[in-house]
Amino acid sequence: MSSVRVLVGTRKGAFILTADGKREKWDVSGPHFAGWEIYHLKGSPANPNRLYASQSSDWFGQVIHRSDDGGATWTTVGNEFAYDGVPGTHQWYDGTQHPWEFKRVWHLEPSLTDPDTVYAGVEDAALFRSNDGGMTWRELSGLREHQSGASWQPGAGGLCLHTILLDPVNPNRMFIAISAAGAFRTDDGGETWQPINRGLKSDYIPDGEAETGHCVHRIAQHPAQPNTLYMQKHWDVMRSDNAGDSWYEVSGNLPSDFGFPIHVHAHDPNTVYVVPIKSDSEHFPPEGKLRVYRSRTGGNEWEALTNGLPQSDCYVNVLRDAMTVDTLEECGVYFGTTGGQVYASADSGDHWTAIVHDLPSVMSVEVQTLP
Amino acid sequence: MIRVVLPHHLRNLAGVNGEVMLDVEAPVTQRAVLDALEAAYPTLRGTVRDHATGKRRAFLRFFACKQDLSHEPPDALLPDAVASGAEPFVILGAIAGG
Repeated sequence: MSSVRVLVGTRKGAFILTADGKREKWDVSGPHFAGWEIYHLKGSPANPNRLYASQSSDWFGQVIHRSDDGGATWTTVGNEFAYDGVPGTHQWYDGTQHPWEFKRVWHLEPSLTDPDTVYAGVEDAALFRSNDGGMTWRELSGLREHQSGASWQPGAGGLCLHTILLDPVNPNRMFIAISAAGAFRTDDGGETWQPINRGLKSDYIPDGEAETGHCVHRIAQHPAQPNTLYMQKHWDVMRSDNAGDSWYEVSGNLPSDFGFPIHVHAHDPNTVYVVPIKSDSEHFPPEGKLRVYRSRTGGNEWEALTNGLPQSDCYVNVLRDAMTVDTLEECGVYFGTTGGQVYASADSGDHWTAIVHDLPSVMSVEVQTLP
Repeated sequence: MIRVVLPHHLRNLAGVNGEVMLDVEAPVTQRAVLDALEAAYPTLRGTVRDHATGKRRAFLRFFACKQDLSHEPPDALLPDAVASGAEPFVILGAIAGG
């Protein structure tokens, strides 16, 4: 019988939640790396027992661990993320120039085909790749050295590269997103990059329709329609049907189009999930009601999913990497909150249950569907 | 032998309990001790000294013999009591809650 393994990164360690295909009874393992901030952990699609985890600490910097047995044991791997050459400067919060400085790994994206190849999105924004299971890392510097690089500015969380999508059809194509520079695409395996932000509108930059400078919070893609992308931006939910060449808004009837995560149903490329929060100033659900919104029409028409979610006095947030879906026949949807709950739905979002209630603040949620 | 006291998280990362004992040839300096520490426990590379700058991470301090040695030059001699193993070289995380 199939099973699922949910990988949860929190402010104080990692947790691994497992269940059979019914997704009713859960075993909880952890905390792994107790006391460390776990920005992200993710399994290899090519070898589900190979996991990568990013630990970050203001005291001790960055550590990366790897597991070859599904998270039962872990090995420390390389943590040296050296920018290629002498990095220049980027824009600071006050508009002055600021040196590029490595701070942490936000996101780890294992290759679709090779368990030893993994990409790391880091702060200050850059993309690194390891071809030896995380032992050594090399920057794909064509991104950071894009002519717009000096104008990139940090969002409140830092100048972070937080989204990495590996195209399932074209192995030379990748999409990344940076707060607050925008989305970029490569079609040559990461050597060169182009901004893909046409159609975005942002009122927090001098030219609201500039080529770069947009605070993209997350991008999502369905493998069956890789040219269709969905984006949760600082404000606005956006869609592209041409691999990011242009975007149009699909916020529709959402109560707020501000939020962080966005994800696509495992089996229906037109079914999309977001978790609206009130505003950039108030990072909690509107009216204190935790609602996932689902569109079955590729955007614009959204329905609130509330069954099993708190509908009063709820003031948690769901961070950008804290929502995911499994690939079981009845698609499971998962998200974690800053209040330490991880909610799961085994029926595409119709009904929700808290797998765990009281973890530390959740930073990331990934799920592996196991045979 | 040089005695080194690590903070909790670095003890876990290195897989050690209690003090770490290191063979360090004279002259016994901060740099020599940290080089020996990282050679003995490669998992600690980058966690005490920043990879890019080689400098002490901002939220760590170095104490020994009731003195704060955090801002001593890395090649200055450590106190004789550290060099002789009578006193430990303490790597300490800056105090913070959470």
